[in-house]
Parts: sequence; C-alpha cells; structure tokens
Amino acid sequence: MSVERIRTITGHVVLMLGVAVSLFPFYWMVVMASNTTPDIFAYPPKLVIGSHLFENMGKVLDNVDFFGSMLLTLVAALSVTVLVLFFDSLAAFAFAKYEFPGRNVLFGLLLATFMIPAQLSLVPQFVTLAQFGWIGSLKALIIPGAANAFGIFWMRQYAKGAIPDELISAAKVDGAGFFRQYLTVGLPVLRPGLAFLGIFTFINVWNDYLWPLIVMTDPNRLTLQVALDQLNGIYGTDYSMVMAGALMSVIPLIGVFLIGARSFIADLAAGAMKF
Amino acid sequence: MAVNRIRQALPQYAAISPFFILFAIFGAFPVLFSIWISFHSWDGIGPMQWVGLEQYHYLVTDPKFWQTIGNTMIIWVLSTVPMLLLALVIANALHNATRFRTFYRIAYFVPNVTSVVAVTLVFGSIFSNNFGLLNAFLQSIGLGKVEWLTQPWGIKIAIATIVTWRWVGYNAIIFLAGLQAISADVYEAAKVDGASSRQTFWRITVPMLRPVILFTAVTSTIGGLQIFTESRVLFGDTSNIGGPGDAGMTIVSYLYQSAFIKNQFGYGAAIGWALFVLIVLFSIINWRLIGGNDDERVTSRARRRAERRIKQQKETADVR
Repeated sequence: MSVERIRTITGHVVLMLGVAVSLFPFYWMVVMASNTTPDIFAYPPKLVIGSHLFENMGKVLDNVDFFGSMLLTLVAALSVTVLVLFFDSLAAFAFAKYEFPGRNVLFGLLLATFMIPAQLSLVPQFVTLAQFGWIGSLKALIIPGAANAFGIFWMRQYAKGAIPDELISAAKVDGAGFFRQYLTVGLPVLRPGLAFLGIFTFINVWNDYLWPLIVMTDPNRLTLQVALDQLNGIYGTDYSMVMAGALMSVIPLIGVFLIGARSFIADLAAGAMKF
Repeated sequence: MAVNRIRQALPQYAAISPFFILFAIFGAFPVLFSIWISFHSWDGIGPMQWVGLEQYHYLVTDPKFWQTIGNTMIIWVLSTVPMLLLALVIANALHNATRFRTFYRIAYFVPNVTSVVAVTLVFGSIFSNNFGLLNAFLQSIGLGKVEWLTQPWGIKIAIATIVTWRWVGYNAIIFLAGLQAISADVYEAAKVDGASSRQTFWRITVPMLRPVILFTAVTSTIGGLQIFTESRVLFGDTSNIGGPGDAGMTIVSYLYQSAFIKNQFGYGAAIGWALFVLIVLFSIINWRLIGGNDDERVTSRARRRAERRIKQQKETADVR
C-alpha cells in the first residue's frame, strides 16, 4: 500500500471516530427514550433501542402541554423568520444598492450594535416589556427580534455581489419605484441568501432559552425549551420520559436543518470568511 | 440641494428604519436605562432607591461574583482549547478527504443546531453520579465512580464537554473554509523545498489561517463568557442554578439569579455591565494575541517567502 493510501485511510478513521462521538448522544437519547427508567438505571445499562418509545412519548403528552408549547414555539419562530427576512433584506437592498446621505454612518452604527451583548440589557428589556404589558405574550418573543444587525449585514454582503446594477437601472427606466425594484429585482436574486438567513433565524428562535424563560411567565404558555426544562425539573427522575420529550423537541428542528443542510453549511462558512 | 437629496432617498430611509426603530426601543434605550437601574436598589415593582455606585462597590467585593468569573473562565478554557484543537484536526482531515464530504459536514454540524436544553439533558444523564453511562463505563474497566455532578471540577468538566461537543463541528467547518482558501501553489512550493508536513503545518497553514483563527477565537470568547443554559439545566433544579457549591454558576447565571430570582434588578444591571467590560477586554486581548502587529509581520514574511519561492520555481521551469 502506498503512503498516500495509508494517509487517506487514517484520515477517514479519524473522521469516522469524530462522527461517532458527534452522533452518539443522539443515539443515546433514542436508547433512553425507548427503554424504561429502571432499565436505564440498571448496571450494566441497556445500550440498545427498546420498545417503550410510544409509551414514554404518551407520558410526556399526559404531563405537559407538549403540542401547545410546540405550536407556540412554531408560531414565534415562523413569525420572527418571516419578519426578519422581509425587514433585513429590504434594509440590505437599500444599503447595498443605493446612495443616500448618511448611508455609511448609519451602516457603521448598525455594525457597532454587534458589540453589545444581549445579556447587558436583559434587565431593562424586561422592564420595558413589562411597561408595554407584553410579558407572557407572544409579542415579547416576536417583536424585539423582528429585524437584526447580523441579518442586514449578511444580506448586504450577499446583495452587493448578486444584484447587477443594470437590472435596477432597467427597472427605474420602466418607472418602478423603490419598493417595486426590491420586489421584482432584489427579492428573486436574493433567494439563496434568504434561505440561509431563514434557516439560521428559525433555528435560533426555536432553540432560544434564556429570553423565553424570562418573558414567558404564564405556565400555560411556555416555549418548547422552557417546557422541556420544566418537565425535567418536575419529573427529573423519570429519565425515559424526559428523554422522550427531548427527542420530540429535537426531531422537527433537525428535519428543518437537514432540508437545507448542504447549502446552509457552505453559506455559513463563506460568511465567516468575510468577517 | 441636500434637502432634495434626502427627500429623494425617503424610500431608502423607510427601508432601513425598522431595524433602527426596533434597536432604539429594545437595544439603545435598555442599554442607557440599565446604567440608570444600576445606580439604584430596585426590586422591579416598588420605588427605585438611588444608591449611587453602591451596586458596583458591592460587586467588586462580592466573593460570589468573583467565583462566577472564575467558574466561567475555567469552563471557557476547558472547552475552548480542546474545541479549537480538535476542530483544526478535523478540518485538516476533511480537507484531505475526497469522499463522503457532505456526509461528514452534516454529521459534524448537527450538534450545533440541536437545542442546548435537550443536549444538556442527555449529557446530564451521561455524567450522572449514580446511573450515568460514563460511570458505568469507568466501573466496567475497573475504575471507580466519579461524582461528576457533585465535585467542583466534575461539574466544570461536564459543562465544558457539552460546549465542546456542540461547537467542534461548527469551528471545523469554519477552519475548513479557511484551509480551502489557501492556494495550492504555496503548498507546492513548500513541497519542492522539501518541507516536512509538520513544518508545512506550522509555517504555512497556521499563519495563513490567522484571520479565521481570530474569528473563531473571538466568537468562542464571546460565547464562552455568555454560557448560561448548560449550568441552568444540568442540575434540573430551579432553586440551585449552579449546582452544589455553585461550582457551575457562570456570570450570566449569577445575573439571572440576582435579577429574576432574587429580584435585585439594580445588582443584575451592574453584573450586565461587568460582563460587557469583560467581553470588550477579552476581545482586545484576542485581537492583540492573534491579530496583533507582531503576527502580522510573521504572516506577511511567510507570504513573501512563499511568493518568492513560487517565482523562483516558475523561473527554473522557464529555463527548462
């Protein structure tokens, strides 16, 4: 065997070991969710998938309003995603393709907001939302995140290269106003960039924990992550049930991710290189 | 004239206004307001009581606060160092692999999109003192049990493991993009010069990856200083956020506990500012260490050297 071949095989062995470590916790989650708690607590523990999955899932549904939480989380994640895609791409289109007084200063200001950690304003944000009477309401999850600096920065980088100036000039000649230019010229070209930003936003809102923990104070209206944490807090000793809940909360998201995984990962890497 | 230009640009201003309006209400105002709150003693409901710099004075003399900074730092080091090294190894292997690339990328990236709460629950069961998989494994090879979730170090290792597991793949993908951006000519030149693979790695790959390493270091630092969910969920107990002896309590956990469990809003706001200062400080340190002038020189020297060699080789090739 040539040195080259040995090196290739070694590389794959290393990568496969990494994949095993990367995927094992998912397997273990399924093992725990499909066995009974005494089986998991036994020594040596059961390492294979059992037959109690649906029974455990049923117990989750009996104890927490799982589908209610999932619906709430879905509504919040979809709303934020749609608003972010619209507001961010519209702003990015203006920043990337038009000259207007103060453009660079405003964009600089936008970049400066990256520096502020979310936790810095956790307390005053809560107080502000309490003044608005939004605590416990979906508005608290959706509106503060409806437009963000990251998305505008991202879409602007994308729009700069992707939208040809000639197309905008042609639309202007046809008498199209700014918004019409955005709809007919901008949006179609930006679609791949929007796909990335959409998946990214959806995943972030779905997985967010600290913010919903603080603002969703009504125990009947919890997001999935908070409900899952609560399930663990109350029934923590029933491992198999908690793991069935964890599994149910993870599956839809991994589904969304796998749909666009290939280009999503490529876009993310390309974006990091631009910083 | 200027007025006319501004009037013409009204649609553009309208287009960028949603972000700025939302930022003013939910970003800028809270930041300013948090300075005001941090000068008060306030439970969030009753009247605010002016205390001046009292909260900050208490903060710097509060042993719990310093403990949480220590915890956060230890967890950050325990997670970031293995995370970036492993990511570099994986990225290198991915770069050389020609088959199964898409599969590998997706498999390495899935942990990152999985929710921290679910992941923490799974790892909590793996590290569990009595019934954990890790302890079962240690017993089966004849070693004793370790009380991972009781011992101060065990707790930190458990949290750092979760962070590492979630972010290795992400950083490997970023490193991979950096590796792919290095021109093959440079490696070719090194090969012709008879450089060993170790020399190639340290003299070419690492210096040329510097901007990417800086990116991952800055993002890992900012992320590391903000760790919260892992330490909140790991112990499954809302009244005991950081675990036994608060050994897993991070800065953000302490902020959360002070403001939203003990209703000390003024103190919570002050901790927020301390966190901000730390993040700025560490970003500057990263910048200096990895992106600083000295390294700039090293890299440009490496680049010049490589360019010279390519030129020489082309010349020799021309002569032939």
